[in-house]
Amino acid sequence: MSKKYLIEIGTEELPARDINHALEQFKKNMTKLLKEERIDFEEIKVYATPRRLTLIVLGLDERQSDLVEKLKGPAKRIAFDDEGSPTKALMGFMRGQGIDISSTYTEDFKGEEYVYASISKEGKSIEAILKESMAGVIKNINFPKSMKWGGKNIRFSRPIRWIVSLIDTEVLGFELEGIPVSNISRGHRFLGASNIEIKNADDYVELLRDNYVIVDQSERRDIIRYGSERLVKEKCGNLQKDEELLEEITNIVEYPTPIIGRIKKEYLELPADVIITPMKEHLRYFPVLDDKERLLPYFVTVRNGDEDHIETVIKGNEKVLGARLEDAKFFYMDDIKKPLEDYVEELKNIVFQDKLGTLYDKTKRIEKLAVKIGESLEVGEETERNASRAALLSKADLVTKLVGEFAELQGKMGMEYAKVSGENEIVSLAILEQYLPRYSGDYLPTTTAGSILSIADKLDTIVGLFSINIHPTGSQDPFGLRRKALGIINIILDKKLNVSIDELLETSLYIYVDVNGIAFDYNKVKDDIMEFFKGRIQNMFIQMGIRYDIVDAVVGSDIDDIYDMKIKADKLTRWLENENSSEILTAFKRVANLAEKAPSDHVSKELLTEDEIELYEKYNNLEDKIEASINKKEYDEALDLLGSLKDPIDKYFDKVMVMVEDEDLKNNRLSLLKKIYDTMREICDLSKIVN
Amino acid sequence: MYFQDLMLKLLDYWGREGCIISEPHDVEVGAGTMNPNTFLRSLGPEPWKVVYIEPSRRPADARYGENPNRVYQHHQLQVILKPSPEEVQQMYLDSLREIGIDPLKHDIRFVEDNWEAPTLGAWGLGWEVWLDGMEITQFTYFQQVGSINCETESAELTYGLERIAMYLQDVDNIFDIQWNKDFTYGDIFNMNEYEQSVYSFEKANVDTLKELFNIYEREANSSLEENLVMPTYDYVLKCSHTFNVLDARGAVSVSERTNYLGRVRNLARRVASKYIEKREDMGYPLLKKEGQKDE
Repeated sequence: MSKKYLIEIGTEELPARDINHALEQFKKNMTKLLKEERIDFEEIKVYATPRRLTLIVLGLDERQSDLVEKLKGPAKRIAFDDEGSPTKALMGFMRGQGIDISSTYTEDFKGEEYVYASISKEGKSIEAILKESMAGVIKNINFPKSMKWGGKNIRFSRPIRWIVSLIDTEVLGFELEGIPVSNISRGHRFLGASNIEIKNADDYVELLRDNYVIVDQSERRDIIRYGSERLVKEKCGNLQKDEELLEEITNIVEYPTPIIGRIKKEYLELPADVIITPMKEHLRYFPVLDDKERLLPYFVTVRNGDEDHIETVIKGNEKVLGARLEDAKFFYMDDIKKPLEDYVEELKNIVFQDKLGTLYDKTKRIEKLAVKIGESLEVGEETERNASRAALLSKADLVTKLVGEFAELQGKMGMEYAKVSGENEIVSLAILEQYLPRYSGDYLPTTTAGSILSIADKLDTIVGLFSINIHPTGSQDPFGLRRKALGIINIILDKKLNVSIDELLETSLYIYVDVNGIAFDYNKVKDDIMEFFKGRIQNMFIQMGIRYDIVDAVVGSDIDDIYDMKIKADKLTRWLENENSSEILTAFKRVANLAEKAPSDHVSKELLTEDEIELYEKYNNLEDKIEASINKKEYDEALDLLGSLKDPIDKYFDKVMVMVEDEDLKNNRLSLLKKIYDTMREICDLSKIVN
Repeated sequence: MYFQDLMLKLLDYWGREGCIISEPHDVEVGAGTMNPNTFLRSLGPEPWKVVYIEPSRRPADARYGENPNRVYQHHQLQVILKPSPEEVQQMYLDSLREIGIDPLKHDIRFVEDNWEAPTLGAWGLGWEVWLDGMEITQFTYFQQVGSINCETESAELTYGLERIAMYLQDVDNIFDIQWNKDFTYGDIFNMNEYEQSVYSFEKANVDTLKELFNIYEREANSSLEENLVMPTYDYVLKCSHTFNVLDARGAVSVSERTNYLGRVRNLARRVASKYIEKREDMGYPLLKKEGQKDE
């Protein structure tokens, strides 16, 4: 007969974001325990609400399988005396294991007879195992922030107040810091009973449902999703999709009832984000949109309870939202009393980073950097002007009242306030786009000015922090520098920007020295950042599905034009599909190996022997053509031209001995190979390709 | 329900639950937590149960009496239960019934909120309690106070009395709250709100206040050297309030800010550990008292 085990940890309201993670650990700890104790089971069901974490283990073995252990004792020759009676050695062994002579036998071990004993250990019952270990299973659930209470020696996210532990129909008690362990659960805080006796694990879900607790998370999620959709359909609207918010709300109610409330029309005149942010971030309301994604004057929230007195609840929520929106409106109206530009000066009061000055200093740096990027990209005067203007205004919204209240509106309000201040569309949009992409897979800037600003802002942060020796290590990257670097690379690739990372870095570093007067080891910092970017680029290329050896071949020791590297990688990938590429690679690998030894690339024609002349001339004929192809970024053509040197190279190696005694002759030969090698390196390093 | 009845009912309820009904501290504070009846008493192993109303000054929140929700000074009703009882949430909910809020007719939620007061070196875990979406109470299990781990954890309940009154009286403006039958909140506090706003934002003498901060700090240090915890703590509160005025006045630069806050936190930490030390020397008298009661 298999058994069923129900364990419910009853708590005070757990934070929504702790619940899923805690439940996973709970299940994992339980599974681990059963595995280690050799107890088979069919399935573990998991349930959670803000006030309980529950596991139901089904198809549990009644006990551990019995174990037969084979124990090695003393060697036979010392185990028995001349009369064949057990010696002290054997007696000691038997006493130690609690056995008598009848359980022993002898067996050969590496050419000598030993005494062995086989002991069968009866498996422990499931009850014994759980009694011993459940406290540990619970104590081993960890939270990002945990607390102590009531002088107990346990940390949990919030106080545990009761535990239900029931095996089939019997309470399975255990000791956990004096917390009551029984078969008594509690229902909904207001609607349910406070002592629900659970007689059988099978009744658990339904008994709690009778007491206004829907323990199944997915059921609660569906009630909220479909209930809310039904409410907004009546108003010809749609819920703004937000799975994260849905998940959170699912985890803050035990008995969800979606309700719909009204927003006063006057607030809809404010920018949409000004309304949506307090709704979602502070009150966990769903915004309601029409078919054109415009805000409708409604919100949806979820009551933790039933339909009784629902009008009071709706009215209360409307009032709360009204007060919040009134606040937001007040801040907004106050903020737009002066143009965005007037806030720039106030950035002098906000520190960007202790040693890197204020946000005003950062603004000035980004402005300079943006202009430089614009110039090097030759984007034209107008775009340059827009980028530089957007840079000047980029951080101004951070000192406005509304962003002070709702930090997540940074950039968004910058854009809105720029528009209100009469800035042009591009400048306004660029201010918003400076923060893109915020996370992997996020939108990228759409405007050139926004792309420039985004690169400038991120690069400035990376360079600044590296210069004061703050860089990502292992899993530590508190300032999100990796994400910023990836953002820069993504924008460059997406916008096909031919921009020199090397030059950008020089500019940014120079600005820090010039504007902030920061002292640091210039060359080391630059090398470190280069290395950092190189790592990011390699990572990203590999994630894009480019073969790692191709990545090695195109991401050389110096990195510069990232977009160009991507083109090279793509062309090389295709070129390698040619059937003769493999032989070409072999030829160039030989060239590369020897070229490394060359002291220079100067070839004296008069030292060339007859056999060398052919390669020399073929190369000379091709050199300019290859250069021309490279300049046109026709890397496949350049590779083909280079490939046509394969036969002459093979012939050369057949006939010419490079490493001869005569130093001049040897060096001259190496120099020729180095010239060829250098030309190849301008495209990529073919010797890195795994053939 | 009039504002004063709201106060009386809650004081009475917690009094019946065994709390000492106390008065506000007579030094300016920004929150009921800063009253020594919370800050100091939550330290060490001794039990404590108290309820009091604390007029709390927040110069930066001053709005010349023109904002319907923000004021220079509001009233917190503060409850400390140490150690935190098993049924503390239930006790809290019963207190709401006492003032006419029936949980069955509303949506009451305990929404995660991790409270932290860096100047006091204090933090705890708990919730904001929402009444139909409105935050009416801060509910915290103290974990650290004065940068010292709480040996016996207290539950702190802080009721926002104005919020609750606005809800119960169904008014949208704090100044429209009826204090009693004849007087509104505005009748009582309009002048105070206006003048404190003018003072905090426009007129406070920056040099004088900076000098006062230094003086209060010096006095705190010297009375601490004399092993006098209570007077020292009063001067820490003086420092804190003086800083708040300076901050509202816009007279504190970013780096100065960090410096001022650090000085207050440092004093708070020292006075906290001195308090524990002295209570230990006294043999934790309240522990003994509890022992006698049990016998």
